[in-house]
Amino acid sequence: MLLSQYLFFFLSFVAVLSALMVILDKNPVHSVLFLIVTFFAIAGHYLLLNAQFLAVTHIIVYAGAIMVLFLYVIMMLNLNKEIEPHKKNIPKVAAVISAGVLMMCLVALLKGAEVQMLPAARNSNIGLVDSLGKVLFKEYMLPFEISSVLFLAAMVGAVFLSKKEIH
Amino acid sequence: MQLTNRKKVVVKKEMSLAEKLYLPAITNGMVITMKHFFKKGATVRYPEVKREISETYRGQHVLKRDEQGAERCTACGLCAVACPAEAITMEAAERKKGEETLYREEKYAAVYEINMLRCIFCGLCEEACPKEAIFLTDRIVPTDLKRGEFVYGKDKLVEDINHRIDLSGRQTKEVLEFKKDKTKAHNQTWADKQKLLKENKHH
Amino acid sequence: MLTFIIYKSILVLIVFLISLGVAAYATYGERKVAAFMQDRIGPDRAGPFGIFQPLADGLKMFMKEEIIPTVSNKFLFILGPSLAMLTALMAGVVVPWGGKLAIGDHYYPLQITDINIGILYVFGVVSFGVYGIMIGGWASNNKYSLLGALRASSQMISYEIAMGLAIVALVMKTGTLSLGEMVAQQGTGGWWNIVYQPLGFLIFLICAFAETNRAPFDLPECETELVGGYHTEYSSMKLGFYLFAEYINIFISSAVISTLYFGGFNLPFQSHIPLDGNWLVIAQTAFFFGKVIFFIFFFMWVRWTIPRFRYDQLMNLGWKILIPLAIFNILATGVLMYALGKV
Repeated sequence: MLLSQYLFFFLSFVAVLSALMVILDKNPVHSVLFLIVTFFAIAGHYLLLNAQFLAVTHIIVYAGAIMVLFLYVIMMLNLNKEIEPHKKNIPKVAAVISAGVLMMCLVALLKGAEVQMLPAARNSNIGLVDSLGKVLFKEYMLPFEISSVLFLAAMVGAVFLSKKEIH
Repeated sequence: MQLTNRKKVVVKKEMSLAEKLYLPAITNGMVITMKHFFKKGATVRYPEVKREISETYRGQHVLKRDEQGAERCTACGLCAVACPAEAITMEAAERKKGEETLYREEKYAAVYEINMLRCIFCGLCEEACPKEAIFLTDRIVPTDLKRGEFVYGKDKLVEDINHRIDLSGRQTKEVLEFKKDKTKAHNQTWADKQKLLKENKHH
Repeated sequence: MLTFIIYKSILVLIVFLISLGVAAYATYGERKVAAFMQDRIGPDRAGPFGIFQPLADGLKMFMKEEIIPTVSNKFLFILGPSLAMLTALMAGVVVPWGGKLAIGDHYYPLQITDINIGILYVFGVVSFGVYGIMIGGWASNNKYSLLGALRASSQMISYEIAMGLAIVALVMKTGTLSLGEMVAQQGTGGWWNIVYQPLGFLIFLICAFAETNRAPFDLPECETELVGGYHTEYSSMKLGFYLFAEYINIFISSAVISTLYFGGFNLPFQSHIPLDGNWLVIAQTAFFFGKVIFFIFFFMWVRWTIPRFRYDQLMNLGWKILIPLAIFNILATGVLMYALGKV
């Protein structure tokens, strides 16, 4: 096997294991930290696919910013076993059903998909900003702009929500 | 009622653009610190260089001996009474025959202790002493690792006979002049007194 | 292949040791600079002029009693300072420390790796640096530590945005994300980037202060309010790691600032200097370290001049001033580039 294949299996193992730990660990802070490890493993996968830019932005945005906010909120809430409110059974059932539905969708999707081998001789510059920018602004111009409008709406919404109390 | 004409009315005025930017103020401050960077420090490198201190500096105490080497202290306890910090304790004893060269008076301090941690170095003991026995000197009480070590006994307080401490700087001209007058009992050592006694017998 | 690995390992080791050495002497430098600015002398007992003071300090740190609070989360408590140190040391990998040394027929560039997203890598490592502080502060199970950790995280996230936007304008001008190429551009014709991006430089500099938790942005460890902030519960070498990581961060940010805005290892008027081959490379590296040391000094100079911000002032500066300024900088850069026909 090639080195990259070993790396692939290692990273996949880390990603799946830490993702499992996210939901299995009782301590919410540990869960967040495991999620960060998962993100790093996924960033490693991006690197294996020659998508350096994507890998680094993934780390900057998810591990470096969003998870910091997650951690921030969890630390502020100070969740621990003693003050955990007693959960009712109905949300648990609802959670199991929705997760099961998602699982079924995923399995159905993957079952129908063909296993495609990536072409071996890939252009190693494919993941660079140049090529990414060209693809984004030529082929996917409309979705890109629509998603930016979505972000703008989210930003305005966040500002609106935080200002609401003043009125 | 106006007491001085230095009063200044404080107004919170709108800042100008330059002030709002803060950058001019920051550069100003940085120029000032840079000026100080090249200034000579005011530090005195202590153990090597000692700062000049006054001759009347109130440091570690000394129990004086007279010219003959006898301890001047008579354990009257005035210093202990005067001490506002209650740092001084003593035990008196009677002078035996043959000890006249050791103790100047018929009563002396068998134990004399000053707690240097309590002492505030005010110098009231020095002022209270009728026998010119206790003085504060320009020596600094050294540091130590144990509290007990700061209770100074006679071993540390009484001046070494071979290394006398000169205190003439602490005394006024009149006092120094008075001390030369050997006709006064205050200035006579035991030897002087013996000499006078002998002379009186002759007459 | 083997020589390549050996050469890279040696380079990594050298950069590692230099980072540690510079950080160690930065602590000494800080104390000296502080002393001089306050008309004092500073440490002068350990060796001539006190130059062995860092060794004495390090030894002291090692010999101190190690205390791990019983109520703390032991694993995370140890992970905190380790992460702080790790992220501090990681950024040095992409900084070009000099040109290419010629030994025999081979050329050995004095940069560990020139990845094509170098500047983003630095940015990613910096953004990850906050975890060391957050995890340590939370694991201590102390309210002051937690407050310090929370302050650190919100401060770092706020200033990362302005920093990223300042870099965007620079990237627009240079057209590359690789640090090696940026330095090359500044060397062959063209001025240093500070000439093209003065506003971007100012924003980047302010954000660098905030990201390294240096005064006037040292709120996470603000002694007057939070005892010691996130490292209140730390002792011994784990505290040493936190303090050390700060100085390594200063060193690396100084190196990055010199690389991005001050021509990297290029000498001024390089083409007129009658040096060639390895001598030129050595002169360049020496000059680069000169710049880096100047910026380290600048960090200290600012620390001993400007008082600490209040927390709302910090947030106002970050969100209401620096981010709009940075966006304006991007727009202005774009307009100028279009007007001058550089696009």
